[in-house]
Amino acid sequence: MTKRVVCYINQFFAGMGGEDTAHVPPEVRQEVVGPAMQIDSLFGEEAQVVGTVICGDSYYGENIEEARSASLEMIKDLEPDLVIAGPAFNAGRYGFACGDICSSVTEELGIPAVTGMYNENPGVDLYGKRTYIVSVADSARGMRKALPKMVQLACKILNKEKLEPARLEGYLHRGIRKNFFHEETGAQRGVEMALAKVRGEAFRTEYEMPVFKKITPAPPVKDISKATIALCTSGGIVPKGNPEKIRVSSAMKWAKEDISGLEDLTPDNFESIHGGYDRTWALEDPDRVLPLDMLKQLEKEGAIGKIFEYACYTTGTATSVANSEKFGQEIGELLKKEGVDAAILTST
Amino acid sequence: MRLELREAHVKDVQWGSKTCIENNVLYVDKTEALSVVSGDDRFTSLDLDLARPGESVRIIPVKDVIEPRYKVEGRGGCFPGFISGTETVGNGATLVLKGAGVITVGPIVGIQEGLIDMSGPGADYNPYGNTNNVVLVEEPVEGLEKHEYETALREAGLKLANYLAEKCREAKVDSTRVFEMPDSIEERNEQCKDLPKFVYVYMGISQGLLHDTFIYGMDLKYMLPTILDPNEVMDGAVVSANCVSACDKQNTFHHQNNPVIEELYARHGKDLNFLGVIATTELMTLAGKVRSSDYVVKLSKMLGAEVAIVTEEGCGNPDTDLCMNCQKLEKAGIKTVIIGNEVSGQDGSSQGLADVVPEMNAYVSCGNINEVVDLPAMDKIIGDVRAISNLSGGDGKALHEDGSITCEIQSIIGSTNELGFSRIGCEWT
Repeated sequence: MTKRVVCYINQFFAGMGGEDTAHVPPEVRQEVVGPAMQIDSLFGEEAQVVGTVICGDSYYGENIEEARSASLEMIKDLEPDLVIAGPAFNAGRYGFACGDICSSVTEELGIPAVTGMYNENPGVDLYGKRTYIVSVADSARGMRKALPKMVQLACKILNKEKLEPARLEGYLHRGIRKNFFHEETGAQRGVEMALAKVRGEAFRTEYEMPVFKKITPAPPVKDISKATIALCTSGGIVPKGNPEKIRVSSAMKWAKEDISGLEDLTPDNFESIHGGYDRTWALEDPDRVLPLDMLKQLEKEGAIGKIFEYACYTTGTATSVANSEKFGQEIGELLKKEGVDAAILTST
Repeated sequence: MRLELREAHVKDVQWGSKTCIENNVLYVDKTEALSVVSGDDRFTSLDLDLARPGESVRIIPVKDVIEPRYKVEGRGGCFPGFISGTETVGNGATLVLKGAGVITVGPIVGIQEGLIDMSGPGADYNPYGNTNNVVLVEEPVEGLEKHEYETALREAGLKLANYLAEKCREAKVDSTRVFEMPDSIEERNEQCKDLPKFVYVYMGISQGLLHDTFIYGMDLKYMLPTILDPNEVMDGAVVSANCVSACDKQNTFHHQNNPVIEELYARHGKDLNFLGVIATTELMTLAGKVRSSDYVVKLSKMLGAEVAIVTEEGCGNPDTDLCMNCQKLEKAGIKTVIIGNEVSGQDGSSQGLADVVPEMNAYVSCGNINEVVDLPAMDKIIGDVRAISNLSGGDGKALHEDGSITCEIQSIIGSTNELGFSRIGCEWT
């Protein structure tokens, strides 16, 4: 059965005019308009363009909610298997509309979508993680080269073929890392890369280093003898039996436990489930990782104000930075809300 | 040094009345093989099993894999410092049962072991789905301290690997690989005029607490970084003693067949000048990390290196050792390439390293350890499949009622090996 495709284009590519008509609201035509004509022919037997949705770029930008919901209704009525928007080249407002339409179609209607943009189009930053954006030239002069790339990717998606890495499929990556099997082993690739590097030849690193966020430390606690201190750990110290089912590695969540009634962590009330270190001594005395006993003593001596009633815990080993950041923010929010002045975060 | 690896190809493994190789079939006399590893009062029982490529077999929880070898000519023995003396190895000839493996199984930590599948998608992630394996399963005495357990199982595995090859010393040699290089750097430089001078910086986990590596029987965590001739590594000087995540712990098998050394050797004299191997630590303390990374650069400069290939073992904490090595090497003018893996989250959207430096601009990625894989049920389990619920990369929901498993590839032995053993790699999508 021939697959159904709907195209989304702006007023300019529909031949309705430039800036003067950029305010036209969405409309649907049960035919191929502008680049949709070429797209339809490139699909050949694979798929058929069953309609074109057109909207003015200014209208979309100034009436986002209305433009999106009207366009989505029109697209939905045409029952497509896939939506192609643009290509928008380096046109900012058009890129925004294409990105927004494609992301919404996928997220709200569950229909895959493909668009095309120049890599510096602001739409890439906004929607690059949410939809497939094929890398195209900066102006409509690149139309002839852009459409076959977009249609090729669309065909693969329509046929549910396994996609190669973004750089090979020709789209701007969505920020997702995925495993593939290369032709050569990692060792062979490494030696090849080293030879290129020393010869001053071009080489492609397989992982561009991320830039870490710099976290500004909180100001020092003014009077520690009056401060409420929280105990937090990524050392995998959990209540005995791990009731919250924290994973032994690559944790997906953190949890909190009321420790207000405890004086000491013992093998009877807490344990270590951490998958990254030898737990012998942590199991023997969980205080070694989450030092409640010492803190209680300091509390009694009046050296600190009091201990926050909950201990926050998770496992740090092989836990992604994204999850760690999320846990940190959530824990921070809780501590702030509860008026905690400082936290002791133990790692392992 | 000149080392011949004489390879007897093993295409099948069977029980037999005598341990030997005939027509490329490894026959194992089970009683005799068991007697080699028995008598250790740290075990209450010992058993052997066989696992062949393509079989519907899952082995879990796996501690280590060892390639059976026996030294037939030259000084020293296999696995020096463990079951033979500590003479320098790397010269002479060593018999290799190519295509065979010894797999040790046991829940030492319960978390830091892994699984091996002999067929299905899991078999694609490591070399052991393609090797004919003799699997050692044992029961430790109750209350056996973990470090003792690790030592006992490590020693038993090495003994068994050596025994199998020794018994096959008359076997027909199907192929011979020669690793030969002049001993002195001066001669290597003469031999490789104008070719870029490479060192291989070989990071081994050495954090203690069951995260250890041994060289000539010495515990790496008590050593300063040291220079090894590549032949020593290829002749069994480096032995794994660690219990870290299955995906990126270097098995003894990986050390014996270090792919970076093989590749550098293959191109020595043609494209590059392979000066040597610098074995270095991954220590727990900052002072240790600083000392060792400074030392790596010093040794590299003494050798006259222009290029360094650095391989990591493990992830997270050792990322800092990796960064220090890379940054300091680059600052010393030594072009550096890293081989490592990524911890990019199950959805692949997280940044993949715990520490980075801008100098790490040439990175070979050996995969995202968090990627989730579905592994079908297997007809036969060697070990205990319930272990998956405690393994790193698995959880309480990993094992399904029908015996199939959904887990991170982190649980599969060697899946993201950071020596670049396999063809896996991470890409943007």
